[in-house]
Amino acid sequence: MTTRILIKNGRLIDPANAVDRVADVLIENDRVSHIGQVSACDAQVVNASGKIVCPGLIDLHVHFREPGDEEEETIASGSAAAVAGGFTSVVCMPNTNPSIDEATGVEYIHRMGRQARKTFIYVMGAITKERKGLELAEIGLMSQAGAIGFTDDGSGVQDVSVMLRAMKYVSMFGRVICQHCQDNLLAGKGVMNSGYQSTVLGLPGIDPLAEEMMLWRDLQLVRKCNCRYHAQHLSTTGSVNIMREAKAMGLPVSCEASPHHLLLTEERVRDYDTNYKVNPPLRTAADIEALKQAIKDGTIDALATDHAPHLMSEKELEFLAAPFGIASLECALPLYIKALIEPGVIDWPAMLAMLTYRPAKVLDVEKGRLGVGDRADVTIIDPNLEWTIDADKFISKSRNCPYHGWKVKGKVINTIVAGEVRYSAMG
Amino acid sequence: MDTEFQWRHKHLIGLAELSRQEIEFILDTAKGFEEFSTRSVKKAPTLRGKVVVNMFFEDSTRTRNSFTLAANRLSADVIEFTKTSSSVNKGETLIDTARNLEAMGVDIVVIRHSAGGAPKLLTRSIKACVVNAGDGYHEHPTQALLDAYTIRQAKGSLDGLTVGIVGDIAHSRVARSNIYAMNKLGAKVIVVGPPTLMPAKIAQLGVRVSHNLDEVIEELDVINMLRIQFERMGGNMFPSVREYSHFFGLTLERMKRAKKDILVMHPGPINRGVEIESEVADGPNSVILQQVSNGVAVRMAVLFLVNQAAAVHN
Repeated sequence: MTTRILIKNGRLIDPANAVDRVADVLIENDRVSHIGQVSACDAQVVNASGKIVCPGLIDLHVHFREPGDEEEETIASGSAAAVAGGFTSVVCMPNTNPSIDEATGVEYIHRMGRQARKTFIYVMGAITKERKGLELAEIGLMSQAGAIGFTDDGSGVQDVSVMLRAMKYVSMFGRVICQHCQDNLLAGKGVMNSGYQSTVLGLPGIDPLAEEMMLWRDLQLVRKCNCRYHAQHLSTTGSVNIMREAKAMGLPVSCEASPHHLLLTEERVRDYDTNYKVNPPLRTAADIEALKQAIKDGTIDALATDHAPHLMSEKELEFLAAPFGIASLECALPLYIKALIEPGVIDWPAMLAMLTYRPAKVLDVEKGRLGVGDRADVTIIDPNLEWTIDADKFISKSRNCPYHGWKVKGKVINTIVAGEVRYSAMG
Repeated sequence: MDTEFQWRHKHLIGLAELSRQEIEFILDTAKGFEEFSTRSVKKAPTLRGKVVVNMFFEDSTRTRNSFTLAANRLSADVIEFTKTSSSVNKGETLIDTARNLEAMGVDIVVIRHSAGGAPKLLTRSIKACVVNAGDGYHEHPTQALLDAYTIRQAKGSLDGLTVGIVGDIAHSRVARSNIYAMNKLGAKVIVVGPPTLMPAKIAQLGVRVSHNLDEVIEELDVINMLRIQFERMGGNMFPSVREYSHFFGLTLERMKRAKKDILVMHPGPINRGVEIESEVADGPNSVILQQVSNGVAVRMAVLFLVNQAAAVHN
């Protein structure tokens, strides 16, 4: 039997196909079958008038903590949080315990994702065994098991010879190699941005150079081996300048920005509130402006949360001892709206492009578009709904969210994955 | 003293958040306690029935004894809690430790901790007064207060004085608290040391930065020699102790070019022959031992004031 969902009267924004108009979308089983004026047949009708209808959002960067730290998040809880945030596909990072550094790990995450039956889960494998940065992990076998890319996220690959070998090797499988750019020798034991604020607080700082040096280094390697390369969560003016030059040279490179680096500055650490402890650290207002400029001119390809859940008990430690990370999957969309649309940096189609087909392009997958025949991953957004972020109501198992109590605008109303309504704000 | 002034802080975390008037009020209050040390019965009933806990997560002799003595002189009961394990994230958390002590009825927590922000963290999780006895390289407010007190005692006022702070500014809580105190009390501050021992954007704290002690020594009314803390420094911040002493040590030779009445200070413990020559540390310009004596009076004042503010709060 064919199941049909008819999304009526929404503002359809499909940036990949340069569509921005009011139209109905008919979904039959797991595919989009008609777009335009569709009359109600025997379909479940979703009234989307006044709402935005777009390809399902894609988050290139999440931590679901399974296996190993299931008390913080599981693939099931993370997946449910993802659809609540409007994400129909997410990419899980391999820094679990144990790390995802062989094919069985990749298969495990996929299986748990299918069981959760919420969002679609992509898996990144580790570049090196146990993410130690020393020996290449089984990149080929992980690729065959479905790993979509490779990264040692949580830290960068420090040894340049290992990174060069990794790029060459990954290029054989056509996958993207991703890097958490940070030179550990320069970063030292830093826990926040290095600057006036770290001096006042007496906390060890991380110099922006730690990020920029590794990014610059990697781009020289990309020139040599022409492997697809993606820089994760860039946070500094210098980084986006380096990336802009690399793109101008035609290198096959991309990068992402995270909501906290667009909204929060190092000033927030003032009271040693560990919910602001994140890596790369919160930088300055000037860096935020540079990131926004890079979003405006297309240098930054994608928006990615770096959703990093942690237990309250871990975050209630001394700032030096608390773990890095911010949980933001469920409230990411209004944060992006606040950072980019409300101040007029970019418009809805441009922002949604960074959450749909552009991240899909980074992964080299056929997603993030909503034409006839495409897989029916759809997010329906009320762009005007005002609400207050309440971390205590998160579906995610964690509460380490510095946006708790923020008044925001814009909310995900429905999330449809492969033709199934997997989330509805109405319950 | 302004009789209208009402002290309102039940915690003392740092001097960054205090006004000149507030700092002066502590110093004036300390003045009242100074004569205690010379009495035959060195005790006041001010904190009778109150419990002070010294929570020291880092080694300390001077500061801990000074706080203990101060609390005893105010008739408080004192609990000593020591845990010198350098690991901040193993075993019982700081908050749990503090809550347990509070459950025993503690009124004032004096905390020394290797992590900047640890005292601030406590203020959010317990009701007792929190007094910072040094946290990481954030602040050491009572040290700077006793330094200011000692300068005031010798010079009358800090207005218009030029104070040099020499050494490892980057890893020094004493330097930070001193910069706030000296600036607020009207002195000019010059921080002196190699660039590798200067924290980022230090000039934005309102200080002059010098890498040459010989260039500035003649200007100084007060010179505060910081201890070179080998244990706190990661990596290779300067080539050798010998080289450090050569450029930044306070020697008799350098003292010849200083003002005749320059005050020589040091927060202790001294590395004789490293940052300061013995002859200078023990010489006529040195007020290093006065600093220690004054520490007790200043800490009595702090304990007295936070307790009073807590009574008003409750």
